[in-house]
Amino acid sequence: MDIVIIGAGEVGTAIAEDLAPSHDVTIVDKDPDRAEDLKYQLDVLTMSGDGTSMQTLQTAETEDADLFIACTDDDRANLIACGTAKTLGSPFTIARTKSNEYLKTWEQNRSAFGVDFMVCSDVLTAEDIVRVIGLPEAIDIDPFAGGIVQMAEFEICEESPITGQTIAKADRFESLTFAGLFRGDNILIPSGETRIKAGDRAVVIGSPESVQSFAMDLASDKTPGSADEIVIVGGSDIGYHAARLLEERGLEPTLIEEDKDRARHLAEELPETLVMQHDPADTEFLMREHIDEADVLLAAIDADERDLLVAVLAKRLGVDRVVATVDNLQYVDLFEEIGIDVAINPREVTAEEIIRFSFESVAENLSVLEHDQAEVLEFELDADSELDETPIRELDAEISFPFVIGAVTRNNRLIPPRGETKLREGDHIVVFVETEYVSDLTCLA
Amino acid sequence: MTWRIDWRASFGVLGTILTYLALTMLVPLMVSVVYMEDIWVFILSIIITVFIGLGLKRLDPDPDLGPQEALLLVSLAWIAAPIVGTIPFLLAGIGTDSTIGLQTGSFNALTTSVVNALFESTSGFTTTGATVLGDISLEQHSHAVLMWRQLTQWLGGMGIIVLMIAILPEVAVNGAELMRSEAPGPELQKLTPKIAETARALWIIYFGFTVLLVVILYGLHVAGLALGIELAPNMNLYNAVAHAFTTLPTGGFSPKADSIAAFSAIVQWVIIPFMVIAGVNFALFWHVIRGEAELLYKNSEFRTYAGLLAALFAVLAFLLFGGAVPKTDPGGVTNGATENALRQAAFQIGSLMNSTGYATADFAEWAEGGTEAQFVLLFAMFVGGSAGSTGGGVKVIRWLVVMKAIRRELYTSARPDVVQPVRLGGDVVDEDAIRGILVFTLLYLALFLFAAVFIMLDSARIGVNLTVLESVSASLATIGNIGPGFGKLGPFGNYLFFSDASKLLMVGLMWFGRLEIVPVLSLFVVGVSDSS
Repeated sequence: MDIVIIGAGEVGTAIAEDLAPSHDVTIVDKDPDRAEDLKYQLDVLTMSGDGTSMQTLQTAETEDADLFIACTDDDRANLIACGTAKTLGSPFTIARTKSNEYLKTWEQNRSAFGVDFMVCSDVLTAEDIVRVIGLPEAIDIDPFAGGIVQMAEFEICEESPITGQTIAKADRFESLTFAGLFRGDNILIPSGETRIKAGDRAVVIGSPESVQSFAMDLASDKTPGSADEIVIVGGSDIGYHAARLLEERGLEPTLIEEDKDRARHLAEELPETLVMQHDPADTEFLMREHIDEADVLLAAIDADERDLLVAVLAKRLGVDRVVATVDNLQYVDLFEEIGIDVAINPREVTAEEIIRFSFESVAENLSVLEHDQAEVLEFELDADSELDETPIRELDAEISFPFVIGAVTRNNRLIPPRGETKLREGDHIVVFVETEYVSDLTCLA
Repeated sequence: MTWRIDWRASFGVLGTILTYLALTMLVPLMVSVVYMEDIWVFILSIIITVFIGLGLKRLDPDPDLGPQEALLLVSLAWIAAPIVGTIPFLLAGIGTDSTIGLQTGSFNALTTSVVNALFESTSGFTTTGATVLGDISLEQHSHAVLMWRQLTQWLGGMGIIVLMIAILPEVAVNGAELMRSEAPGPELQKLTPKIAETARALWIIYFGFTVLLVVILYGLHVAGLALGIELAPNMNLYNAVAHAFTTLPTGGFSPKADSIAAFSAIVQWVIIPFMVIAGVNFALFWHVIRGEAELLYKNSEFRTYAGLLAALFAVLAFLLFGGAVPKTDPGGVTNGATENALRQAAFQIGSLMNSTGYATADFAEWAEGGTEAQFVLLFAMFVGGSAGSTGGGVKVIRWLVVMKAIRRELYTSARPDVVQPVRLGGDVVDEDAIRGILVFTLLYLALFLFAAVFIMLDSARIGVNLTVLESVSASLATIGNIGPGFGKLGPFGNYLFFSDASKLLMVGLMWFGRLEIVPVLSLFVVGVSDSS
């Protein structure tokens, strides 16, 4: 595929990195230095120029492109770039926006602005956060097969009831599959005898109910989903959307915002949320409002340093679970090392969503795990697939590289994959595989 | 920059308005021709009014209204219309012992008769319904004069300015500003992009309901005659029109001394829903007509209004059925009499809560069995109608906002960091609007209390000793545009015994209660502080 990417920021770079090995990628960025740097960093063609100008796009040969991704930091530039690309040729266009407004317009008419697919980073991040909040202990969650299947990654701690158990013993749920284990920097493809150790990160694939039940087992002292005391610190757009989505689920979060006008605006927009206007780093205030009794605290301040400070404070006060948004990709690990339960980077989430969509030809859906060490993919089997009509047990033996089929859906119903299950044409399969074998796998499908 | 106002422009437009107001006197003129009474009175009144109007118009033939001039115009119009309205009363009463007729015997008699006429006319245009007529009867007054008295209420109900905006293009230019000042309630709802169309829509709905009531009332009368049964024997065409004219504007005047008690039970039942309708925001009916009926029951003010009506009705019906009041005349026995208890409760609450002021029972006499039933009525009088209705009082929406603002203050005093906007049915109420509503409500209560004290002292000066309930109800019934009070001011009493000073104060209260204009008062405040 010929792919044109406008904007070489963190999002654009992450997407290019993922697509470059198997596609022809051209990146356009306003900053000539940035474009120059990237030329050596990645195996792509780079250009400097304004992505909204027809001339630049012509030079980038947009008219012949199959896929056009506009992911600069400027919403309007992205929309105009997509519109311009559509006048030049007929690539599939993907636009990244921050504002929910454009997304709403686009959802009214799926061809608005000449955009074929729109990714709203703030909403996407908020959705991610709300999913994580909904499942205690989960680090990452993604829906597959239209929501029938869920993939979740959990960190197994010392006190967890399944620590030390074998996979065969821990996997008590009919429609749940242990797809993989991350231990340190290694990936383990688990067999029934593999023992789970503290510090492992387990990837499970199954029905949303079974994932939920599994999460309950992991954290038996908590009643999940009833994270009734949710505190959001920082009324950023992500904080706002998270509160809005929580309201939609019937919860009444508390939101702390320092700026007076912003707090007032949020209070007007969020009728079910208790909005407070105060310095969130004031410990006396946090004690007075009994923040320590919160089940979950989301730090969503725009500045990473303040976010970290609040998150650490909350941890020290005794909040069960602290989720933080981190703008700078490099700090994600730092946050998690310090003890923040989940650190979410909006750009990573956005890039993941765009990549997920770019694979559409073969894989319909995808999750990138542990900084792209492994991926979970969903694809539909077509008539000439090599996987058809063979029991899964035999596939395991035949295929040289390791992979795990986590779930199979047939006619929108989940079939738990067993050794004797035969795959058929039209099945959707959700597969866990190491990133280096992704292209081998997609060839088989 | 000094603050100045182009008062000539306001007077110029006022002239136009008065000229057209003279045309409304054609209605009583027609009545006078039919009954062959007082024809010359109305011909002369029309000539005088047109003359005044044309004279004022000469002050500024090409008026250009700014926002301040618009405010001044509205306040002037509501002073000028009642003044012009006195002309037929004064002329028709010359040489009779009518209390509102021009008496030339002595200077005192002259001023008192003029004040009385002004009181009656203001009470008419402001839809109050308090009367100084010593004798309400067709022997004392002609059909035409009493019809004019009814018509003043009908004109004042939806608003003279709104009517003029609807029909006169030159007034419509600054119509939005004018209408905001005249419309009851904290804000103006524009229904259509053009203000003249909004005004027309409101008047058409108002007119429609009035016609509907006339048809039902007179229909009952005719049906009763045809079937030979007593359905509505007293409700002839004259009475049907006269009462429709004062039901929809929540007025309360009646050409009958016994008010609605003069009519059959079925007439009373028919009038109840129309009084309730008159207290609803007319903009809501506009939405209903356009097929958006859900807006009616989703509207939080309407729901509160309906809820309060139902609750007060239930309490009063329970009290009446339980025998809280003795037999009254009119009104009859309610103790244990189901239909009568329900009817009297529904009628009195429907009449007093939204400030109509009709009565079917002499609730001034209810005190004899204990005052609890009267206090239910007093509470109802405090509530008022809805914003955008023809009702008076503080208005339901203001009380809602005041209550919510108080609750918010109490909550945030315990948790000062919480940011909590006041919401009405999901919509956030602007903080400036809340402040405006609080100031208005406070001003209303302060004026009401001040007036109650003044009326009590002033009456004692002329040798009339009022009870607390009487003076409080005199003040409340006039500022709330309700009409009847308690004691001597009961629904079958009158305001004749007050001194001229008290009557003039009440004229001011009625004016303030109808226009609710804090901005007009601010015109005075700014004007005074600038000139000093």
